[in-house]
Amino acid sequence: MNENLLTGKVTGINGNMVSVAFAERVIQNEVAYVLMEDGTRLKGEVIRVRGREADIQVFESTNGIKVGDQVEFSGQLLSVELGPGLLTQVFDGLQNPLPELAKEAGYFLKRGLYVYPLDRERKWSYTPEAAAGAVLKAGDSVGSVPEGIFRHRIMLPFDWNGEWTVSWTIEPGDYSIDTVVAKVRQGSEERSVTMVQTWPVKVPITCYKEKLMPKEPLITQIRIIDTFFPVAKGGTFCTPGPFGAGKTVLQHALSQRSEVDVVIVAACGERAGEVVEILREFPHLEDPRTGRSLIDRTIIICNTSSMPVAAREASIYTSVTLAEYYRQMGLHVLLLADSTSRWAQALREMSGRLEEIPGEEAFPAYLESRVAGFYERAGLVTLNDGSNASITICGAVSPAGGNFEEPVTQATLKVVGTFLALSSERAHARRYPSIHPLDSWSKYTSLVPADKIAMARATLRAGNEVNQMMKVVGEEGTPIADFVVYLKSEFIDSVYLQQNTFDPVDSGCGAERQNRVFDKLIEVLKKEFTFPDKNQARVFFQKLRQEFIDWNYSPWKSEAFDTALGRIDALLNEAR
Amino acid sequence: MRKIHHRIIQISGNVITVEADNVANNELAEVKSPRGTSLAQVIRIDKSRVFLQVFAGSRGISTDSEVRFLGRPMKVSASDALLGRIFTGNGAPRDGGPALEENLVDIGGPSVNPANRIIPRNMIRTGLPMIDIFNTLVESQKLPIFSVAGEPYNELLARIAMQAEVDMIVLGGMGLKYDDYLYFKDTLDSHGALSRTVMFIHTAADPIVECLLVPDMALAVAEYFATEQGKRVLVLLTDMTNFCDALKEIAITMEQIPSNRGYPGDLYSQLASRYEKAVDFERAGSITILAVTTMPGDDVTHPVPDNTGYITEGQFYLVHGRIEPFGSLSRLKQNVNSQTRQDHRTLMDTMIRLYSEYKESLEKQSMGFRMSEWDNKLLKYGALFESRMMDLSVNIQLEEALDLGWKTLAECFTPTETGIKTDLVKQFWPKDIQQA
Repeated sequence: MNENLLTGKVTGINGNMVSVAFAERVIQNEVAYVLMEDGTRLKGEVIRVRGREADIQVFESTNGIKVGDQVEFSGQLLSVELGPGLLTQVFDGLQNPLPELAKEAGYFLKRGLYVYPLDRERKWSYTPEAAAGAVLKAGDSVGSVPEGIFRHRIMLPFDWNGEWTVSWTIEPGDYSIDTVVAKVRQGSEERSVTMVQTWPVKVPITCYKEKLMPKEPLITQIRIIDTFFPVAKGGTFCTPGPFGAGKTVLQHALSQRSEVDVVIVAACGERAGEVVEILREFPHLEDPRTGRSLIDRTIIICNTSSMPVAAREASIYTSVTLAEYYRQMGLHVLLLADSTSRWAQALREMSGRLEEIPGEEAFPAYLESRVAGFYERAGLVTLNDGSNASITICGAVSPAGGNFEEPVTQATLKVVGTFLALSSERAHARRYPSIHPLDSWSKYTSLVPADKIAMARATLRAGNEVNQMMKVVGEEGTPIADFVVYLKSEFIDSVYLQQNTFDPVDSGCGAERQNRVFDKLIEVLKKEFTFPDKNQARVFFQKLRQEFIDWNYSPWKSEAFDTALGRIDALLNEAR
Repeated sequence: MRKIHHRIIQISGNVITVEADNVANNELAEVKSPRGTSLAQVIRIDKSRVFLQVFAGSRGISTDSEVRFLGRPMKVSASDALLGRIFTGNGAPRDGGPALEENLVDIGGPSVNPANRIIPRNMIRTGLPMIDIFNTLVESQKLPIFSVAGEPYNELLARIAMQAEVDMIVLGGMGLKYDDYLYFKDTLDSHGALSRTVMFIHTAADPIVECLLVPDMALAVAEYFATEQGKRVLVLLTDMTNFCDALKEIAITMEQIPSNRGYPGDLYSQLASRYEKAVDFERAGSITILAVTTMPGDDVTHPVPDNTGYITEGQFYLVHGRIEPFGSLSRLKQNVNSQTRQDHRTLMDTMIRLYSEYKESLEKQSMGFRMSEWDNKLLKYGALFESRMMDLSVNIQLEEALDLGWKTLAECFTPTETGIKTDLVKQFWPKDIQQA
């Protein structure tokens, strides 16, 4: 054991909370290790101090811990390592690389086993960018290495205050991450810069000039989102929905098709099987924007439901910190957190053990501020070098019983810019993605002109009203004009709002194509049809739907695309 | 010889508190009372006060009863000798056979490393069209049957177990009626499956704490056979709602703040740590979990089915003796139904969508509205769908069921009315069937 570290002794164990008596001092949120009799070291975090006793939430199973076991305080806040080699990795909530753990421990996770997040041996081709004499601030580039398709900036550590003058730089060449690549000086103090730095996960990285209003749309290639409920680069959105409403399929679609530089998938307290799909499939999927494998732009933080609960709380912060790191490089990052409800439940479990006074549904009173604090780490910023970069956060929410009134959903809705309400009725009727077209909302600007969307929306609303009315007065009591409105709204739904995620063509609909298809849709909506009876009206729209679906399934700018369009036009011309 | 403690300072519910030193969290102890000896497990330590959950319940324990700590956590014997045997929740023989002590393994072990999982890829055929076509069961899936008391859920569970192609079955019964226990035993026996089955049975009459152990015992055994012997194991758990109620009871005794309808805040994590044991191991066997979750008051938003639904990879709703197409879901079906036959997915989606429209027409009809031509087509379709696809007595292979699906569509609709892609219509639409 390290002689200089402060220590304590276990006095109580309650679930994953361990009470520790200490003699000298502890720091709130510092990392501590419980040393068991068999030599296992279990990582934990100080979450409360009362008198001479500290409460530690242990990130592992506490089985076998005894009163009197030694505890070591590290003096460091819970931190992550930042450096080249993060992309393509799969980490647990504490940034242990899971494949490395598997090599050491086999099929099952082994508690007390911690591995360096970054490969210490691997050599990176380093190019110095700041010459001797240059004056730098925290977050400014010292040099760079290529990481996949990106220029990975090696930056002056984010917590170095003031201005530093470069006094020495290494020659270009291949080095491992722990190599000192530059030395900088401030007054009489000289410090060494390596390719890796650590950062406490619960503190936002703010080495940028200013935060901007998110305006530019983030293209997800999902029609109902991009057109009706758009998301902006640097914005936030949430996808609450009961189980079975298709949250995860939607998140997967977002992770594959979104037009951003880096995607961070935080699988927080959800099924392990879902992560495995990403893990095993992404290396074989091509990113159409770069021609590289999708995994090259992806980091997976995986703390699935059966992994220790306390680390689940940390995993959300770990993932957003990694996102901030890549934003510092001038990249646009999308963070998909599935699911923030599981994170909130981890807070609740801990709060219960601390015997805090519970709020609604036993969630702690600070739930809202924690949720807000997390989403506020998103944003579009101008970096010190003038370039723009962003983090967009998408949080899946799993409301108990599918009830959006519950505390986590409500706390989330207060702070997000787009609300994609997933509905089980739509999912049951196989209308995917099951985003509800009337309940959802967005505060960002769409890629389709607003007047056109307003028209489509009005039709959807009117169609819904007619449908409600029809349930009361029946089809025979509905005027044919109203009935056509209803058919038009159903038409929008089936050919535009619904999209087949599993079809190679239909699954991704680019911005240009969306505008094109939407224009045609508007043409149908504007057209005044006169049908002799309702049955013929229905038959016509069924035919039109068929042609439209075939159009959606034909590749963009292909011959089949034009042929299908021709058939639609012919059909529209036939109709009087 | 370990020290024997006599100072029990608190007895509350099934939890006793004793003053002792050098005790490890989750360690086992033996509690000797005039009623007999019971195992107990440490669930919390506060300085020298140790809280123990007594498996046989606290009734009859006196403040000077003997408590002897065993220095080890709960374990279960894992070997071939288990096959064909029946045990109680704490691992004692229920069938009169010898107690097993060899190769003890920990129960409730750590989670599988997600990096070692593989994408489930093998369909499990059941012969039920509602499962095979619409919600395909996949090896290593975890799937509950949501139902209410009185539905034939145990029969359905037993039928899937008998027809599914697996190497062995581990049955965990929690709060089972004695009749149900005998039913499972007899069914497995009559199909000659008893010799490849291990049962951990907690009946409604047994101490509640033993109920909590059943899933962990069953899954620890399943893990042993899957990893050490490469077996494809099917674990049947019935009824998980009883397990959750046992959790609730302990949590309340421990004065934990309840989160929702009295259930503890960690209900989700507790369920997940069990269900997530379902896994397909690379270079070894697999564990598939089918569980029964009865919904109190037929309410799917009740905390037990609700939390379960968020964990499992889909669910089967058993309503009025049929697997309901709405709400029933197999999240892994996409992994396998693209390789079965190219029309599988489209047919599945189309038939369900039309069935949903049928339900709307049915509603209109029940309100006395005139039925349009389209409504009549849907009504005809709905009736055929229910008798050909939904009835649990139907027992046909997938391919046959798909053909029957096309036949049903062709008898009721024109191809355009179904909205199926043209190329599939060309290939599969039966040409010799006329709409009646």
